[in-house]
Amino acid sequence: MMRDHFDIAVVGAGPAGMAAAVTAAAAGLHVGLIDDNPAPGGQIWRNGAHLPRTAQRWLARLNHSSVVRMQGWRVFDSPEPSLLCAEQNSGTTGDGAQIRAEFSFDKLILATGARERFLPFSGWTLPNVFGAGGLDALVRGGLPIAGKRVVVAGTGPLLVAVVAHLARRGARIAAVCEQASASQLARFAAHLFSEPAKLWQGAGYAAAMLPVRLRTGCWPVAAHGSDHLQAVTLRQGAKQWRVDCDYLACGFHLVPNIELPALFGCRIQNGFVAVNDWLETSVTGVYCAGEPTGIGGVELSLIEGEIAALAALGETARARKLARRRRGKRAFVHALAQACALNSELRTMASDDTIVCRCEDVRAGDLRTRANWRDAKLHTRCGMGPCQGRICGAATEFLFGWRDTSVRPPIFPAQVSSLASPDTPIDNLVAAGPSSRNAKEPK
Amino acid sequence: MPESTRSLTLTVDGAPIAVSPETTVAAAVLMAGKATRTSTSGEPRGPLCGMGICFECRVSINGVPHQRSCQILCQTGMHVSTAVAEFSAPAGNRRT
Repeated sequence: MMRDHFDIAVVGAGPAGMAAAVTAAAAGLHVGLIDDNPAPGGQIWRNGAHLPRTAQRWLARLNHSSVVRMQGWRVFDSPEPSLLCAEQNSGTTGDGAQIRAEFSFDKLILATGARERFLPFSGWTLPNVFGAGGLDALVRGGLPIAGKRVVVAGTGPLLVAVVAHLARRGARIAAVCEQASASQLARFAAHLFSEPAKLWQGAGYAAAMLPVRLRTGCWPVAAHGSDHLQAVTLRQGAKQWRVDCDYLACGFHLVPNIELPALFGCRIQNGFVAVNDWLETSVTGVYCAGEPTGIGGVELSLIEGEIAALAALGETARARKLARRRRGKRAFVHALAQACALNSELRTMASDDTIVCRCEDVRAGDLRTRANWRDAKLHTRCGMGPCQGRICGAATEFLFGWRDTSVRPPIFPAQVSSLASPDTPIDNLVAAGPSSRNAKEPK
Repeated sequence: MPESTRSLTLTVDGAPIAVSPETTVAAAVLMAGKATRTSTSGEPRGPLCGMGICFECRVSINGVPHQRSCQILCQTGMHVSTAVAEFSAPAGNRRT
Protein backbone atom coordinates (compact mmCIF):
# COMPACT_ATOMS: atom_id res chain seq x y z
CA MET A 1 0.00 0.00 0.00
CA MET A 2 1.15 3.52 -0.84
CA ARG A 3 1.15 6.26 1.78
CA ASP A 4 1.92 9.96 1.63
CA HIS A 5 1.30 13.03 3.72
CA PHE A 6 0.41 16.28 1.98
CA ASP A 7 0.35 19.77 3.46
CA ILE A 8 -2.60 20.27 1.14
CA ALA A 9 -4.49 17.48 -0.59
CA VAL A 10 -6.67 18.43 -3.56
CA VAL A 11 -9.28 16.03 -4.90
CA GLY A 12 -10.22 16.58 -8.54
CA ALA A 13 -7.92 17.86 -11.32
CA GLY A 14 -10.39 19.95 -13.29
CA PRO A 15 -9.97 23.73 -13.56
CA ALA A 16 -10.71 24.38 -9.85
CA GLY A 17 -8.46 21.59 -8.59
CA MET A 18 -5.59 22.50 -10.92
CA ALA A 19 -5.77 26.17 -9.93
CA ALA A 20 -5.83 25.21 -6.25
CA ALA A 21 -2.94 22.75 -6.50
CA VAL A 22 -0.71 25.02 -8.59
CA THR A 23 -1.37 28.01 -6.32
CA ALA A 24 -0.62 26.04 -3.16
CA ALA A 25 2.51 24.42 -4.60
CA ALA A 26 3.84 27.84 -5.66
CA ALA A 27 3.99 28.70 -1.96
CA GLY A 28 6.40 25.81 -1.42
CA LEU A 29 3.96 23.37 0.15
CA HIS A 30 3.86 19.62 -0.48
CA VAL A 31 0.66 19.31 -2.51
CA GLY A 32 -1.06 16.16 -3.75
CA LEU A 33 -3.62 16.25 -6.58
CA ILE A 34 -5.75 13.12 -6.66
CA ASP A 35 -7.97 12.53 -9.68
CA ASP A 36 -10.10 9.70 -11.07
CA ASN A 37 -9.38 10.44 -14.74
CA PRO A 38 -6.43 9.27 -16.85
CA ALA A 39 -5.24 12.86 -17.36
CA PRO A 40 -5.69 16.24 -15.65
CA GLY A 41 -8.13 18.84 -17.03
CA GLY A 42 -11.41 17.50 -15.66
CA GLN A 43 -14.28 16.89 -18.05
CA ILE A 44 -14.28 20.33 -19.67
CA TRP A 45 -10.61 20.04 -20.63
CA ARG A 46 -10.58 16.29 -21.09
CA ASN A 47 -7.90 14.68 -23.19
CA GLY A 48 -5.56 17.03 -24.82
CA ALA A 49 -6.19 17.99 -28.41
CA HIS A 50 -7.77 21.33 -29.43
CA LEU A 51 -7.86 22.74 -25.91
CA PRO A 52 -8.39 26.48 -25.43
CA ARG A 53 -5.37 28.60 -24.54
CA THR A 54 -6.48 28.98 -20.91
CA ALA A 55 -6.45 25.20 -20.55
CA GLN A 56 -3.01 24.87 -22.14
CA ARG A 57 -1.67 27.56 -19.80
CA TRP A 58 -2.97 25.84 -16.66
CA LEU A 59 -1.81 22.41 -17.79
CA ALA A 60 1.64 23.85 -18.45
CA ARG A 61 1.68 25.44 -14.99
CA LEU A 62 0.74 22.09 -13.47
CA ASN A 63 3.47 20.31 -15.45
CA HIS A 64 6.07 22.77 -14.20
CA SER A 65 4.90 22.66 -10.60
CA SER A 66 5.98 20.44 -7.72
CA VAL A 67 2.44 19.06 -7.36
CA VAL A 68 2.37 15.30 -6.80
CA ARG A 69 -0.08 14.14 -9.46
CA MET A 70 -2.12 11.04 -8.74
CA GLN A 71 -4.08 10.49 -11.97
CA GLY A 72 -6.30 7.44 -12.24
CA TRP A 73 -6.98 7.24 -8.49
CA ARG A 74 -10.47 7.39 -7.07
CA VAL A 75 -11.09 8.36 -3.48
CA PHE A 76 -13.56 5.95 -1.90
CA ASP A 77 -13.37 6.63 1.82
CA SER A 78 -12.16 8.81 4.63
CA PRO A 79 -11.98 6.58 7.69
CA GLU A 80 -10.45 9.42 9.75
CA PRO A 81 -11.01 13.19 9.44
CA SER A 82 -7.50 13.81 8.02
CA LEU A 83 -7.20 10.75 5.83
CA LEU A 84 -8.25 9.79 2.30
CA CYS A 85 -8.34 6.22 1.00
CA ALA A 86 -7.97 5.82 -2.73
CA GLU A 87 -7.77 2.96 -5.19
CA GLN A 88 -5.93 3.04 -8.48
CA ASN A 89 -8.05 2.32 -11.53
CA SER A 90 -7.05 -1.06 -12.80
CA GLY A 91 -5.34 -1.21 -16.14
CA THR A 92 -3.29 1.87 -15.46
CA THR A 93 -0.83 -0.43 -13.74
CA GLY A 94 -0.50 -2.75 -16.72
CA ASP A 95 -0.79 -5.93 -14.71
CA GLY A 96 -4.34 -5.30 -13.60
CA ALA A 97 -3.43 -5.18 -9.93
CA GLN A 98 -5.54 -3.04 -7.62
CA ILE A 99 -3.37 -0.65 -5.70
CA ARG A 100 -4.55 1.14 -2.59
CA ALA A 101 -3.22 4.34 -1.11
CA GLU A 102 -3.76 6.37 2.03
CA PHE A 103 -3.16 10.09 1.91
CA SER A 104 -3.12 12.12 5.09
CA PHE A 105 -3.24 15.91 4.95
CA ASP A 106 -3.28 19.12 6.97
CA LYS A 107 -5.76 20.92 4.72
CA LEU A 108 -8.10 19.51 2.10
CA ILE A 109 -9.52 21.15 -1.03
CA LEU A 110 -12.42 19.30 -2.65
CA ALA A 111 -12.84 20.10 -6.34
CA THR A 112 -14.94 17.13 -7.33
CA GLY A 113 -16.74 18.78 -10.26
CA ALA A 114 -20.11 17.92 -11.69
CA ARG A 115 -21.81 15.23 -13.71
CA GLU A 116 -24.65 15.36 -16.20
CA ARG A 117 -28.27 15.05 -15.18
CA PHE A 118 -29.98 12.25 -17.09
CA LEU A 119 -33.74 11.99 -17.46
CA PRO A 120 -35.33 8.66 -18.35
CA PHE A 121 -37.42 8.12 -21.49
CA SER A 122 -38.34 5.04 -23.49
CA GLY A 123 -35.21 3.45 -24.96
CA TRP A 124 -32.66 5.65 -23.13
CA THR A 125 -30.90 2.50 -21.92
CA LEU A 126 -30.07 1.38 -25.50
CA PRO A 127 -26.38 1.22 -26.41
CA ASN A 128 -25.32 4.37 -28.33
CA VAL A 129 -27.54 6.65 -26.25
CA PHE A 130 -25.01 8.76 -24.34
CA GLY A 131 -24.88 11.87 -22.26
CA ALA A 132 -24.09 15.00 -24.25
CA GLY A 133 -20.85 15.46 -22.36
CA GLY A 134 -20.70 11.66 -22.35
CA LEU A 135 -20.40 11.36 -26.13
CA ASP A 136 -18.03 14.32 -26.16
CA ALA A 137 -15.79 12.57 -23.61
CA LEU A 138 -15.83 9.32 -25.60
CA VAL A 139 -14.85 11.19 -28.77
CA ARG A 140 -12.02 12.88 -26.86
CA GLY A 141 -11.14 9.34 -25.77
CA GLY A 142 -10.65 8.22 -29.37
CA LEU A 143 -14.13 7.25 -30.61
CA PRO A 144 -14.32 8.11 -34.35
CA ILE A 145 -17.28 10.42 -35.03
CA ALA A 146 -16.74 11.51 -38.66
CA GLY A 147 -19.80 10.72 -40.79
CA LYS A 148 -21.90 9.58 -37.82
CA ARG A 149 -25.47 10.93 -37.62
CA VAL A 150 -25.85 12.49 -34.19
CA VAL A 151 -28.87 13.96 -32.39
CA VAL A 152 -27.90 16.27 -29.52
CA ALA A 153 -30.59 16.95 -26.94
CA GLY A 154 -31.22 18.05 -23.36
CA THR A 155 -30.47 21.45 -21.89
CA GLY A 156 -27.66 23.87 -21.14
CA PRO A 157 -24.73 25.56 -22.85
CA LEU A 158 -22.91 22.22 -22.87
CA LEU A 159 -25.15 21.08 -25.75
CA VAL A 160 -23.93 23.84 -28.04
CA ALA A 161 -20.31 23.25 -27.08
CA VAL A 162 -20.73 19.54 -27.82
CA VAL A 163 -22.34 20.22 -31.20
CA ALA A 164 -19.53 22.61 -32.16
CA HIS A 165 -16.88 20.05 -31.17
CA LEU A 166 -18.52 17.05 -32.84
CA ALA A 167 -19.27 19.00 -36.04
CA ARG A 168 -15.62 20.11 -36.20
CA ARG A 169 -14.69 16.42 -36.03
CA GLY A 170 -16.95 15.61 -38.99
CA ALA A 171 -20.12 14.40 -37.28
CA ARG A 172 -23.38 14.85 -39.22
CA ILE A 173 -25.58 16.68 -36.73
CA ALA A 174 -29.13 15.49 -37.40
CA ALA A 175 -30.87 17.70 -34.81
CA VAL A 176 -30.13 19.91 -31.79
CA CYS A 177 -32.93 20.02 -29.24
CA GLU A 178 -32.96 22.33 -26.20
CA GLN A 179 -35.78 21.76 -23.71
CA ALA A 180 -35.74 25.38 -22.54
CA SER A 181 -38.14 27.77 -24.22
CA ALA A 182 -36.98 30.48 -26.61
CA SER A 183 -37.90 33.18 -24.06
CA GLN A 184 -35.93 31.37 -21.31
CA LEU A 185 -32.86 31.39 -23.57
CA ALA A 186 -33.41 35.02 -24.59
CA ARG A 187 -33.30 36.09 -20.93
CA PHE A 188 -30.08 34.14 -20.50
CA ALA A 189 -28.56 35.67 -23.64
CA ALA A 190 -29.40 39.13 -22.28
CA HIS A 191 -27.51 38.25 -19.12
CA LEU A 192 -24.52 37.07 -21.16
CA PHE A 193 -24.29 40.41 -22.92
CA SER A 194 -24.06 42.09 -19.54
CA GLU A 195 -20.92 40.03 -18.84
CA PRO A 196 -17.60 39.65 -20.63
CA ALA A 197 -18.91 36.13 -21.31
CA LYS A 198 -15.47 34.71 -21.93
CA LEU A 199 -16.83 31.47 -20.58
CA TRP A 200 -18.63 30.73 -23.79
CA GLN A 201 -15.98 31.88 -26.25
CA GLY A 202 -13.89 28.81 -25.58
CA ALA A 203 -16.92 26.60 -25.89
CA GLY A 204 -17.84 28.12 -29.24
CA TYR A 205 -21.10 29.37 -27.83
CA ALA A 206 -22.59 31.15 -30.81
CA ALA A 207 -25.82 29.79 -32.21
CA ALA A 208 -24.90 31.24 -35.59
CA MET A 209 -22.00 28.79 -35.76
CA LEU A 210 -24.23 25.75 -35.39
CA PRO A 211 -24.50 23.48 -38.42
CA VAL A 212 -28.25 23.10 -37.84
CA ARG A 213 -30.93 25.22 -36.20
CA LEU A 214 -31.29 24.82 -32.45
CA ARG A 215 -34.86 23.83 -31.68
CA THR A 216 -36.16 25.23 -28.41
CA GLY A 217 -38.88 23.66 -26.28
CA CYS A 218 -37.91 20.35 -27.89
CA TRP A 219 -36.88 17.02 -26.37
CA PRO A 220 -36.66 13.29 -27.12
CA VAL A 221 -39.64 11.12 -26.15
CA ALA A 222 -38.29 7.77 -27.31
CA ALA A 223 -35.12 6.11 -28.58
CA HIS A 224 -35.66 3.20 -30.96
CA GLY A 225 -33.64 0.12 -31.82
CA SER A 226 -33.49 -3.57 -30.96
CA ASP A 227 -29.98 -3.99 -29.60
CA HIS A 228 -28.61 -0.53 -30.32
CA LEU A 229 -29.94 2.90 -31.22
CA GLN A 230 -31.37 3.42 -34.71
CA ALA A 231 -33.72 6.39 -34.40
CA VAL A 232 -35.12 8.97 -31.99
CA THR A 233 -38.61 10.42 -31.72
CA LEU A 234 -38.52 14.13 -30.91
CA ARG A 235 -41.34 16.34 -29.68
CA GLN A 236 -41.74 20.10 -30.02
CA GLY A 237 -45.09 21.43 -28.85
CA ALA A 238 -47.79 19.35 -30.50
CA LYS A 239 -45.41 18.15 -33.21
CA GLN A 240 -43.72 14.75 -32.97
CA TRP A 241 -41.38 13.19 -35.55
CA ARG A 242 -38.75 10.49 -35.98
CA VAL A 243 -35.09 11.06 -36.86
CA ASP A 244 -32.76 8.24 -37.91
CA CYS A 245 -29.39 8.47 -36.18
CA ASP A 246 -26.32 6.54 -35.05
CA TYR A 247 -25.84 8.31 -31.72
CA LEU A 248 -28.02 10.28 -29.32
CA ALA A 249 -26.14 12.65 -27.02
CA CYS A 250 -28.58 13.71 -24.32
CA GLY A 251 -27.92 15.48 -21.03
CA PHE A 252 -30.01 17.84 -18.93
CA HIS A 253 -27.43 20.27 -17.54
CA LEU A 254 -25.19 19.38 -14.61
CA VAL A 255 -25.47 18.23 -11.02
CA PRO A 256 -22.58 18.62 -8.56
CA ASN A 257 -20.52 15.70 -7.26
CA ILE A 258 -21.12 16.23 -3.55
CA GLU A 259 -20.62 12.66 -2.29
CA LEU A 260 -17.08 13.25 -0.96
CA PRO A 261 -17.90 16.62 0.67
CA ALA A 262 -20.97 14.97 2.24
CA LEU A 263 -18.80 12.10 3.52
CA PHE A 264 -16.61 14.69 5.25
CA GLY A 265 -19.74 16.09 6.88
CA CYS A 266 -19.68 19.37 4.94
CA ARG A 267 -23.01 21.14 5.14
CA ILE A 268 -25.06 20.77 1.96
CA GLN A 269 -27.49 23.56 1.08
CA ASN A 270 -30.03 23.18 -1.74
CA GLY A 271 -27.94 20.37 -3.21
CA PHE A 272 -24.66 22.29 -3.22
CA VAL A 273 -21.75 22.48 -0.77
CA ALA A 274 -22.14 25.49 1.51
CA VAL A 275 -18.97 27.63 1.67
CA ASN A 276 -17.98 31.04 3.03
CA ASP A 277 -16.19 33.80 1.08
CA TRP A 278 -12.92 31.85 1.48
CA LEU A 279 -14.46 28.65 0.13
CA GLU A 280 -14.17 26.99 3.51
CA THR A 281 -16.92 24.47 4.18
CA SER A 282 -18.67 23.93 7.50
CA VAL A 283 -15.78 21.60 8.37
CA THR A 284 -12.66 23.47 9.52
CA GLY A 285 -9.72 22.96 7.16
CA VAL A 286 -11.86 21.49 4.40
CA TYR A 287 -12.42 23.77 1.39
CA CYS A 288 -14.57 23.27 -1.67
CA ALA A 289 -14.11 24.92 -5.06
CA GLY A 290 -15.74 24.79 -8.47
CA GLU A 291 -19.04 23.27 -9.55
CA PRO A 292 -19.95 21.64 -6.18
CA THR A 293 -20.49 25.17 -4.78
CA GLY A 294 -22.74 26.17 -7.72
CA ILE A 295 -22.63 25.40 -11.45
CA GLY A 296 -20.77 28.39 -12.88
CA GLY A 297 -18.30 27.15 -15.48
CA VAL A 298 -14.55 27.34 -16.01
CA GLU A 299 -13.81 30.96 -15.18
CA LEU A 300 -15.52 30.83 -11.80
CA SER A 301 -13.95 27.44 -11.04
CA LEU A 302 -10.44 28.79 -11.66
CA ILE A 303 -11.09 31.76 -9.35
CA GLU A 304 -12.53 29.52 -6.65
CA GLY A 305 -9.57 27.12 -6.87
CA GLU A 306 -7.16 30.00 -6.33
CA ILE A 307 -9.19 31.45 -3.46
CA ALA A 308 -9.40 28.08 -1.71
CA ALA A 309 -5.64 27.57 -1.98
CA LEU A 310 -4.83 31.10 -0.75
CA ALA A 311 -7.27 30.71 2.13
CA ALA A 312 -5.73 27.34 3.05
CA LEU A 313 -2.31 29.06 2.98
CA GLY A 314 -3.64 31.81 5.26
CA GLU A 315 -3.04 34.47 2.58
CA THR A 316 -6.37 36.19 3.01
CA ALA A 317 -5.09 39.55 1.74
CA ARG A 318 -4.36 38.04 -1.68
CA ALA A 319 -7.59 36.07 -1.57
CA ARG A 320 -9.68 39.17 -0.83
CA LYS A 321 -9.36 40.66 -4.32
CA LEU A 322 -10.30 37.33 -5.92
CA ALA A 323 -13.21 36.95 -3.51
CA ARG A 324 -14.59 40.27 -4.83
CA ARG A 325 -14.31 39.00 -8.40
CA ARG A 326 -16.01 35.78 -7.37
CA ARG A 327 -18.97 37.60 -5.86
CA GLY A 328 -19.46 39.41 -9.18
CA LYS A 329 -19.45 36.16 -11.10
CA ARG A 330 -21.90 34.40 -8.80
CA ALA A 331 -24.83 36.17 -10.48
CA PHE A 332 -24.04 34.02 -13.48
CA VAL A 333 -24.65 30.83 -11.44
CA HIS A 334 -28.21 31.94 -10.81
CA ALA A 335 -28.80 33.03 -14.42
CA LEU A 336 -27.51 29.69 -15.70
CA ALA A 337 -29.74 27.71 -13.33
CA GLN A 338 -32.74 29.75 -14.55
CA ALA A 339 -31.82 29.17 -18.18
CA CYS A 340 -31.61 25.42 -17.59
CA ALA A 341 -34.71 25.14 -15.38
CA LEU A 342 -36.52 22.00 -16.48
CA ASN A 343 -39.94 22.14 -18.10
CA SER A 344 -42.29 20.10 -15.88
CA GLU A 345 -43.62 18.37 -19.01
CA LEU A 346 -40.32 16.45 -19.16
CA ARG A 347 -41.71 14.29 -16.35
CA THR A 348 -44.02 12.68 -18.89
CA MET A 349 -41.04 11.34 -20.87
CA ALA A 350 -40.94 8.36 -18.48
CA SER A 351 -43.87 5.96 -18.69
CA ASP A 352 -44.47 3.20 -16.12
CA ASP A 353 -42.26 0.67 -17.91
CA THR A 354 -39.36 3.09 -18.46
CA ILE A 355 -36.24 2.07 -16.55
CA VAL A 356 -35.16 4.79 -14.10
CA CYS A 357 -32.39 2.99 -12.15
CA ARG A 358 -30.12 1.50 -14.80
CA CYS A 359 -27.97 -0.46 -12.35
CA GLU A 360 -30.89 -2.45 -10.93
CA ASP A 361 -33.41 -2.06 -13.81
CA VAL A 362 -36.04 -0.43 -11.62
CA ARG A 363 -38.90 1.05 -13.65
CA ALA A 364 -40.83 4.28 -13.09
CA GLY A 365 -44.03 2.35 -12.32
CA ASP A 366 -42.32 0.58 -9.41
CA LEU A 367 -41.20 3.93 -7.98
CA ARG A 368 -44.34 6.06 -8.27
CA THR A 369 -45.94 4.37 -5.25
CA ARG A 370 -42.89 4.92 -3.02
CA ALA A 371 -42.88 7.64 -0.37
CA ASN A 372 -39.28 8.77 -0.68
CA TRP A 373 -35.77 7.83 -1.80
CA ARG A 374 -35.12 5.65 1.23
CA ASP A 375 -38.41 3.81 0.82
CA ALA A 376 -37.60 3.27 -2.86
CA LYS A 377 -34.14 1.92 -2.02
CA LEU A 378 -35.46 -0.52 0.54
CA HIS A 379 -38.31 -1.85 -1.58
CA THR A 380 -37.01 -1.70 -5.14
CA ARG A 381 -33.19 -1.55 -4.88
CA CYS A 382 -33.35 1.78 -6.77
CA GLY A 383 -29.98 3.50 -6.31
CA MET A 384 -28.39 0.42 -4.72
CA GLY A 385 -26.22 -0.55 -7.69
CA PRO A 386 -22.60 0.33 -8.44
CA CYS A 387 -23.32 3.99 -9.34
CA GLN A 388 -24.89 4.36 -5.89
CA GLY A 389 -27.71 6.52 -7.18
CA ARG A 390 -25.47 9.04 -8.94
CA ILE A 391 -27.54 8.67 -12.13
CA CYS A 392 -31.06 7.82 -10.90
CA GLY A 393 -30.85 10.13 -7.85
CA ALA A 394 -30.98 13.28 -9.98
CA ALA A 395 -33.74 11.73 -12.10
CA THR A 396 -35.93 10.77 -9.12
CA GLU A 397 -35.38 14.21 -7.61
CA PHE A 398 -36.94 15.73 -10.74
CA LEU A 399 -39.60 13.04 -11.25
CA PHE A 400 -40.75 12.58 -7.66
CA GLY A 401 -39.19 15.44 -5.69
CA TRP A 402 -36.96 13.10 -3.65
CA ARG A 403 -33.73 14.50 -2.30
CA ASP A 404 -31.36 12.65 -0.04
CA THR A 405 -27.74 13.65 0.32
CA SER A 406 -26.78 11.04 2.88
CA VAL A 407 -23.76 8.97 1.91
CA ARG A 408 -22.07 5.88 3.26
CA PRO A 409 -18.53 4.76 2.58
CA PRO A 410 -17.21 3.40 0.34
CA ILE A 411 -18.54 6.19 -1.89
CA PHE A 412 -17.30 4.25 -4.93
CA PRO A 413 -17.27 0.47 -5.24
CA ALA A 414 -13.91 -0.75 -3.98
CA GLN A 415 -12.18 -4.12 -3.80
CA VAL A 416 -12.52 -5.97 -0.50
CA SER A 417 -8.73 -5.98 -0.33
CA SER A 418 -8.82 -2.17 -0.42
CA LEU A 419 -11.41 -1.89 2.33
CA ALA A 420 -9.25 -4.10 4.54
CA SER A 421 -5.90 -2.41 5.04
CA PRO A 422 -3.10 -4.84 5.92
CA ASP A 423 -3.14 -3.62 9.52
CA THR A 424 -6.91 -3.91 9.93
CA PRO A 425 -7.99 -7.26 11.33
CA ILE A 426 -10.93 -8.43 9.22
CA ASP A 427 -13.09 -8.85 12.37
CA ASN A 428 -12.86 -5.09 13.04
CA LEU A 429 -14.11 -4.37 9.53
CA VAL A 430 -17.11 -6.59 9.95
CA ALA A 431 -17.86 -5.15 13.38
CA ALA A 432 -17.52 -1.55 12.20
CA GLY A 433 -19.46 -2.16 9.02
CA PRO A 434 -19.05 0.08 6.04
CA SER A 435 -19.98 3.22 7.95
CA SER A 436 -17.15 3.18 10.46
CA ARG A 437 -17.04 6.98 10.03
CA ASN A 438 -20.40 7.32 11.75
CA ALA A 439 -18.89 5.98 14.94
CA LYS A 440 -16.90 9.21 15.22
CA GLU A 441 -19.82 11.58 14.79
CA PRO A 442 -20.14 14.07 17.67
CA LYS A 443 -21.18 12.30 20.84
CA MET B 1 -8.18 7.65 -38.73
CA PRO B 2 -5.06 7.07 -40.84
CA GLU B 3 -3.42 3.70 -40.28
CA SER B 4 -0.10 5.34 -39.37
CA THR B 5 -1.49 6.91 -36.20
CA ARG B 6 -2.69 3.53 -34.90
CA SER B 7 -0.02 2.05 -32.76
CA LEU B 8 -1.66 -0.04 -30.03
CA THR B 9 -3.21 -3.46 -30.47
CA LEU B 10 -5.49 -5.02 -27.89
CA THR B 11 -8.25 -7.60 -28.03
CA VAL B 12 -11.95 -7.09 -27.38
CA ASP B 13 -13.67 -10.43 -26.73
CA GLY B 14 -10.75 -12.15 -28.44
CA ALA B 15 -10.78 -10.05 -31.63
CA PRO B 16 -7.73 -7.86 -32.16
CA ILE B 17 -8.29 -4.12 -32.68
CA ALA B 18 -5.78 -1.37 -33.42
CA VAL B 19 -6.25 2.03 -31.81
CA SER B 20 -4.25 5.22 -31.49
CA PRO B 21 -2.50 6.11 -28.23
CA GLU B 22 -4.65 7.84 -25.58
CA THR B 23 -7.73 5.87 -26.67
CA THR B 24 -9.96 4.77 -23.80
CA VAL B 25 -11.04 1.15 -23.50
CA ALA B 26 -14.67 2.31 -23.80
CA ALA B 27 -13.93 3.88 -27.20
CA ALA B 28 -12.19 0.66 -28.31
CA VAL B 29 -15.18 -1.45 -27.25
CA LEU B 30 -17.53 0.86 -29.20
CA MET B 31 -15.20 0.72 -32.22
CA ALA B 32 -15.40 -3.08 -32.00
CA GLY B 33 -19.21 -2.76 -32.22
CA LYS B 34 -19.75 -4.30 -28.82
CA ALA B 35 -22.00 -3.49 -25.89
CA THR B 36 -20.23 -3.51 -22.54
CA ARG B 37 -22.54 -5.41 -20.23
CA THR B 38 -25.91 -7.11 -19.84
CA SER B 39 -28.32 -5.51 -17.38
CA THR B 40 -30.08 -7.42 -14.60
CA SER B 41 -33.15 -7.85 -16.83
CA GLY B 42 -31.09 -8.91 -19.83
CA GLU B 43 -30.71 -5.69 -21.84
CA PRO B 44 -27.43 -4.91 -23.62
CA ARG B 45 -25.84 -1.73 -22.28
CA GLY B 46 -23.09 0.56 -23.44
CA PRO B 47 -21.28 3.58 -21.99
CA LEU B 48 -23.51 6.48 -20.91
CA CYS B 49 -21.67 9.19 -18.97
CA GLY B 50 -18.15 8.78 -20.38
CA MET B 51 -16.64 10.07 -17.13
CA GLY B 52 -16.55 7.23 -14.64
CA ILE B 53 -19.85 7.91 -12.86
CA CYS B 54 -22.51 5.57 -14.27
CA PHE B 55 -20.66 2.20 -14.30
CA GLU B 56 -22.53 1.14 -17.46
CA CYS B 57 -19.23 0.75 -19.32
CA ARG B 58 -17.73 -1.76 -16.95
CA VAL B 59 -15.83 -4.66 -18.55
CA SER B 60 -13.19 -7.18 -17.56
CA ILE B 61 -9.64 -6.10 -18.33
CA ASN B 62 -6.93 -8.75 -18.23
CA GLY B 63 -9.27 -10.88 -16.14
CA VAL B 64 -10.07 -8.21 -13.55
CA PRO B 65 -13.86 -7.68 -13.61
CA HIS B 66 -15.94 -4.49 -13.21
CA GLN B 67 -13.44 -2.00 -14.59
CA ARG B 68 -14.84 1.30 -15.85
CA SER B 69 -13.64 1.23 -19.45
CA CYS B 70 -14.13 4.99 -19.97
CA GLN B 71 -11.52 5.83 -17.33
CA ILE B 72 -8.82 3.45 -18.51
CA LEU B 73 -6.54 3.94 -21.50
CA CYS B 74 -5.79 1.12 -23.94
CA GLN B 75 -2.45 -0.61 -23.70
CA THR B 76 -0.84 -3.00 -26.15
CA GLY B 77 -1.62 -6.60 -25.25
CA MET B 78 -4.63 -5.74 -23.12
CA HIS B 79 -7.42 -8.33 -23.15
CA VAL B 80 -10.86 -6.81 -22.74
CA SER B 81 -13.97 -8.90 -22.29
CA THR B 82 -17.50 -7.61 -22.28
CA ALA B 83 -20.38 -9.37 -20.58
CA VAL B 84 -22.25 -9.44 -23.89
CA ALA B 85 -21.20 -12.19 -26.28
CA GLU B 86 -22.94 -10.64 -29.29
CA PHE B 87 -24.09 -7.07 -29.89
CA SER B 88 -27.63 -8.40 -29.87
CA ALA B 89 -30.30 -8.79 -27.23
CA PRO B 90 -32.51 -11.82 -26.66
CA ALA B 91 -35.72 -11.50 -28.68
CA GLY B 92 -37.74 -11.00 -25.50
CA ASN B 93 -35.97 -7.72 -24.77
CA ARG B 94 -36.28 -6.14 -28.16
CA ARG B 95 -37.65 -2.63 -28.12
CA THR B 96 -39.13 -0.63 -30.90
